[in-house]
Amino acid sequence: MTYWIRRTVPIWATILFIVFWQVFCGVFRIDSFILPAPTEVVQSLMQYHQPIMMHALQTLFTTLVGFAMAIVFGLLLGLAIGIERAVYDGIYPMMIAFNSIPKVAIVPLLVIWFGIGTVPAIMTAFLISFFPIVVNVATGLATIEPELLDVLRSLGARKHQIVMRIGIPRSMPYFFASLKVAITLAFIGSVVSESIASNVGIGYLMMAASARFDVPLVFAGFVVISIMGIIMYEMTAYAERRFTFWATRANDIVT
Amino acid sequence: MTANSSFIELDRVSLTYKSRNSSTHALDEITMSIGAGEFVAVVGPSGCGKSSLLKLVSGLHLATSGVVAVAGQPVSGPLKISGMAFQNATLLPWRSTLDNVLLPLQIVEPHASRFNKHRDKYEAKARNLLALVGLSGFEQKYPWELSGGMQQRSSLCRALIHEPQVLLLDEPFGALDAFTREELWGVLQRLWLDRKPTMILVTHDLREAVYLADTIYVMTARPGRIMSKTSVELSRPRTLKDTFKSEFIEPVQALRIQISEVMGAE
Repeated sequence: MTYWIRRTVPIWATILFIVFWQVFCGVFRIDSFILPAPTEVVQSLMQYHQPIMMHALQTLFTTLVGFAMAIVFGLLLGLAIGIERAVYDGIYPMMIAFNSIPKVAIVPLLVIWFGIGTVPAIMTAFLISFFPIVVNVATGLATIEPELLDVLRSLGARKHQIVMRIGIPRSMPYFFASLKVAITLAFIGSVVSESIASNVGIGYLMMAASARFDVPLVFAGFVVISIMGIIMYEMTAYAERRFTFWATRANDIVT
Repeated sequence: MTANSSFIELDRVSLTYKSRNSSTHALDEITMSIGAGEFVAVVGPSGCGKSSLLKLVSGLHLATSGVVAVAGQPVSGPLKISGMAFQNATLLPWRSTLDNVLLPLQIVEPHASRFNKHRDKYEAKARNLLALVGLSGFEQKYPWELSGGMQQRSSLCRALIHEPQVLLLDEPFGALDAFTREELWGVLQRLWLDRKPTMILVTHDLREAVYLADTIYVMTARPGRIMSKTSVELSRPRTLKDTFKSEFIEPVQALRIQISEVMGAE
């Protein structure tokens, strides 16, 4: 019984939140172009479901491509930084400097280079989401217990063997943890880019809708992004449990 | 053991750790001669450089002065004929017990290059070894599913799987409870009698040293020097019953008095 209550709490909490929101809008008679009630958002979702679907798929596409690039480059760069001190010393300061540039400021530049539309959205998703992956993978390598290294060194292991047998598996929990952050950042990146410089994607849809004061449609956009975000987050969390169960084993005791 | 059968030689070996603004004189003029297949225990107060001594023999550290030689060759880097076990079992949590034991075979030649081809054969070997220490049925368990004693047994198997000629043990039972520890003395003795590698056991448990070793060296506190060398003449295999006999208790007492002197002298 308590098990089911615990498992379904997120659903109850969400329903409660929506009911509260509906009642709030009804009681205070709030105009739909200020804060639309959930029913109006649902109406808008149904009315525009075809264009919403089209734009959502575009956003999902740019996000996933950017995210995939971030995984590949983030993993490689993280490994390089974590393994080779010289790479760390050379690249890390630059990376921190680069990461502190707001990605919104880069979008216009990307537009000049690549034109508006898909490519800047992919690039923004990539640029914003690869940093946490790099940092986490490098941290995973940097925090290897010296005792584990001694085990391999005492066998006469070479550096590449140490990396393969200990470095990479040891940094995997850090890698998967960073993916959960990175996937949500990737969504932010592509939506930001779409809302500045695109004529497709949820970001564009919401900008266009707000220009027409179609606030229910803006909220419909929020809902769609949130749902896609939750699904992608859950998928990375699943991958984390699947591949690094040995690091998250303590969590199993809770259920 | 005669001098010419010696397998591990330390000749006036000193070790100084240097960091940016300090240097620590860890070992001073250590001379030891260990025969092939001999079981040596090194005891001494904590911080006397016992672990450093093992790292010198294994090649993880290089001597500041003096010569360390194993099998007639001066040690200039990590030895490939040695196995090591530490106070912590240091098993890899992402590998099953079986895969942990197999690890050295994936690293040390000639096994590494034929590992994939002969995996079945190597696995059978690892299972046999695990059975020998009483871990049959735990091959697919992960280290964090094993008790401390079981982890340490697996760690011993990992140190032995590639049949090293030298086995270096750094307080391998130090973190275990007394009963498990005494049980593992028997396990270790059996493994040693079975394969006769040359052993160096670092410990601060004097009963453990007397139970297991042929020869016991007592070291002084920092910088570590050899204070004495004692031979244990008890017959093998030794049993827990033997530990209550006077032939066993007397050397333990004698060692304890020496340790007190060493610590008092500081």
